[in-house]
Amino acid sequence: MPDVTKTDVKDAVAEAAETPAAAPATPAKSEKARSLWGDAWADLRRSWIFIVSSLLILFLLTITFFPGWFTSTDPILGDLSKHYLQKPKLGEIGSADWLGYDQQGRSVYARVIYGTRASVAVGFGTTIVVTLAGGLVGMIAGYFGGVVDSILSRLTDVFFGIPFLLGTMVALNSFEHRTTWVVIGALGFFGWTQIARVMRGAVITTKQADYVQAAKALGASTPRIMFRHILPNSLAPVIVVATISLGVYIGAEATLSYLGLGLSGVSWGNDISDGGNQIRVAQWIMLYPSIMLSITVLAFIMLGEAVRNALDPKMR
Amino acid sequence: MGRYVARRLLQMIPVFFGTTLLIFLMVYALPGDPVSGLFGDKGGSPQVIAALKHEYGLDLPIYEQYFNYMRDMILHADFGTQIASGRPVTDVLGDAFPVTLRLAGLAFAFEAVLGLTLGVLSGLRAGRVTDNAILLITLLLISVPVFVLGFILQMVFADQLGWVAPSVNDDTDLTQFILPAVVLGTASLAYVTRLTRTSIAENLRADYIRTAVAKGLPRRRVVGVHLMRNSLIPVVTYLGADLGALMGGAVVTEHIFNIHGVGGTIAESIVRREGTTLIGLVTILVLVYLLASLLVDLLYAVLDPRIRYA
Amino acid sequence: MTVIEETSVPSPRDGGADGGPLLEVRDLHVEFKTREGLVKAVNGVNYSVSAGETLAVLGESGSGKSVTAQAVMGILDMPPARIPQGEILFRGQDMLKMSAEERRRIRGQRIAMIFQDALSSLNPVLSVGYQLGEMFRVHQGMSKKDAKAKAIELMDRVKIPAAAARVNDYPHQFSGGMRQRIMIAMALALEPDLIIADEPTTALDVTVQAQVMELLAELQREYNMGLILITHDLGVVADVADKIAVMYAGRIVERAPVHQLYKRPAHPYTRGLLDSIPRLDHKGQELYAIKGLPPNLLRMPSGCAFNPRCPKAQDICREEIPALVPVTEQDGSELVGRASACHFWKETIHG
Repeated sequence: MPDVTKTDVKDAVAEAAETPAAAPATPAKSEKARSLWGDAWADLRRSWIFIVSSLLILFLLTITFFPGWFTSTDPILGDLSKHYLQKPKLGEIGSADWLGYDQQGRSVYARVIYGTRASVAVGFGTTIVVTLAGGLVGMIAGYFGGVVDSILSRLTDVFFGIPFLLGTMVALNSFEHRTTWVVIGALGFFGWTQIARVMRGAVITTKQADYVQAAKALGASTPRIMFRHILPNSLAPVIVVATISLGVYIGAEATLSYLGLGLSGVSWGNDISDGGNQIRVAQWIMLYPSIMLSITVLAFIMLGEAVRNALDPKMR
Repeated sequence: MGRYVARRLLQMIPVFFGTTLLIFLMVYALPGDPVSGLFGDKGGSPQVIAALKHEYGLDLPIYEQYFNYMRDMILHADFGTQIASGRPVTDVLGDAFPVTLRLAGLAFAFEAVLGLTLGVLSGLRAGRVTDNAILLITLLLISVPVFVLGFILQMVFADQLGWVAPSVNDDTDLTQFILPAVVLGTASLAYVTRLTRTSIAENLRADYIRTAVAKGLPRRRVVGVHLMRNSLIPVVTYLGADLGALMGGAVVTEHIFNIHGVGGTIAESIVRREGTTLIGLVTILVLVYLLASLLVDLLYAVLDPRIRYA
Repeated sequence: MTVIEETSVPSPRDGGADGGPLLEVRDLHVEFKTREGLVKAVNGVNYSVSAGETLAVLGESGSGKSVTAQAVMGILDMPPARIPQGEILFRGQDMLKMSAEERRRIRGQRIAMIFQDALSSLNPVLSVGYQLGEMFRVHQGMSKKDAKAKAIELMDRVKIPAAAARVNDYPHQFSGGMRQRIMIAMALALEPDLIIADEPTTALDVTVQAQVMELLAELQREYNMGLILITHDLGVVADVADKIAVMYAGRIVERAPVHQLYKRPAHPYTRGLLDSIPRLDHKGQELYAIKGLPPNLLRMPSGCAFNPRCPKAQDICREEIPALVPVTEQDGSELVGRASACHFWKETIHG
């Protein structure tokens, strides 16, 4: 009788779409045996979701690193002669007038372009922090099990127990000047738990695989087993969650800005928040940063979705 | 089962203390304090402030404050006093909670009913046009941040169409909660849809579905009994966990629609640096969350006979 | 127990409407549309089964034996599967031309199927009693209570100990052999005319395999059912089957009454299969294995699909697909029920 323990089933369901199963679902009909990653790559290249989202992300990265290519207008200097009620001139693509002006006479277009950097930096920075921290905790907890696992799991529970947005709000409230690093720190401080849980589940599953048992039997060292055998085979679900959360963190940063607790400086969230007060007279102040923000979040979530489909043989 | 519940309750104790300690440390790391805040920009006399601080125990070392706070909470169910109003935190929560309950209940009904319907529809037609359309819609819904969605819906339905009031001005009128509930439930709606879809599509290919077809069961029975029973297990547990999260209040939604629920009260306390109120509210939320996750686990066992409690 | 006595009286069953076979598959083709291209899984299969008869369909995985059975059962996923041509006659009526509702009524009631992996083939969240009783409730409109009584009766029939106590248990609470007995009970519930067993013992321990096969054979005799036994295991076949059809790459390559096939195979593939059974009197010798791998169904070799692996392959084997032709004795006298799809069947059987 198979021992379907509670955790097994829970993990299996929680990561139903993320388990790095080794066997392809369809009987292998191609001649050459492809690895999970090779298969996934072949799958990805065919997926329209992947193509659209990577093009979008490439575009966003270009804006992030070379905002000057897109506009020569200063996003901070307001020109009060440009009345903020001047309607956007949608025909003049790329001009300072294109998307209209805000109440301080600043070009909405220039602010949208320069605001990209803040969002992308927070998204990538937080994702790197949570993946490293959460990955490490999850890996150690999953690999060693026992008391170590109990302690780390309870620690994860402690951080998980505080609602994400509330925690970051409290943390950020104690900073007057909120730099990118401060925001990354606050988001990362409460965000690592999800990756830790996913990683722990994946490591526990992988640990039971025959090839890991074989490596152990052959006398491989602990670090070797962890990094050569378990890590590469537990990464798939982590990559999926990390990609999706990249979009989620960008959204979270904007939400914090909306609540007045986000980045200081040019950012979409701040502009959306400001624009919200002018919504009856000048919708464009809020509208265009909102569109950019939504597209950005969408791009990363779509990428995550595509990667998930590619890495999960069961979805084929 | 009894032993499992007991073990889970025991496990909750360190988590509970850890979480409250964490929030306590964070709140008291905040610069500024609520007592000085009471007097506004002019500032009160140092003697008065010191006296008030002493009254609320704010002059003690932080570990002592934590100890006192936990002692009062555990022994007298005293979650502290809101300094600005002088009312007990439990009273403040008592006002806010029914409002949140209304909002959360509506949002939950919205996401559960619509999410399950769309998910089942999508899962049964996996890979076809309907499925792709629903996929696109859910991805869009997940991507638009709550406050943007709130603004947009407010603009369209309240300002331009004039169907609803732009913000809630009567807590007891349920119809005023419809728009906020839609805004609050949308992201979860998308997740419920995705989860149901994945689960249905996956189980549709399971061997036991093939068996059910081979038994000559009508399609509605294959789908309604065999497929649903299995596919809804992860969805129901997600919904359970989400109900817990919704109870925790919706800071952003309540902010947009000017609703005085738990989320709004918490956001207010953060901005006003009302440490005690904040800790009291968050502590209660943590308790709600811990109990909800225990209930979800037990629900799991009821739904899936394969689960054994070791 | 008197109830069981009554139901177990074998009703006399005749063949088709015109006294023909119970089931006749004619020139069946099944193909799958996949990303890599069109997979032709079944390419013109013919076979028939009469009441009380056991047909064993033998072949490696990918030979199309299960796909044929699923087509008969009507449980292929269409799409991606497609049946471009062929007939499946059940009592003389082509099931492929029936409405979905007509086919549904046949499934479970007239033709039932037993699957390989009982653990995954039984619904994990429903009790076995519910799953057994469902047959009676759906097809005969029985009440829940009566259906449960019937379920217990069935479990008794397939020799599950303490049936009444275990009727509310879930599939994972049974051992592999017991689960397969439940699968058999489910197939047997409405006393169908034909049972298709798809590798019913593959997932079981060797000791349990024999018990389950015995049970299946016994019940088949008792109810005088037709049985299609799909397997890759020559050992399982010998004792229970009346006739054998050997499949390779979606075609039947040889057909013969069971003992003749063992004695004198008429196809090099069958010979290869027989030679690869370990034998005690050949102890110490190297075990024979058919060289090479089963063909890729997307890129089928030209001519006879077996030619790349065949020790006797000639040029003609690479050019022309051999037809399934009757096999005769050297003097030309007929060998009843025998056929081979090899250009060199004469050399194989007689030489």
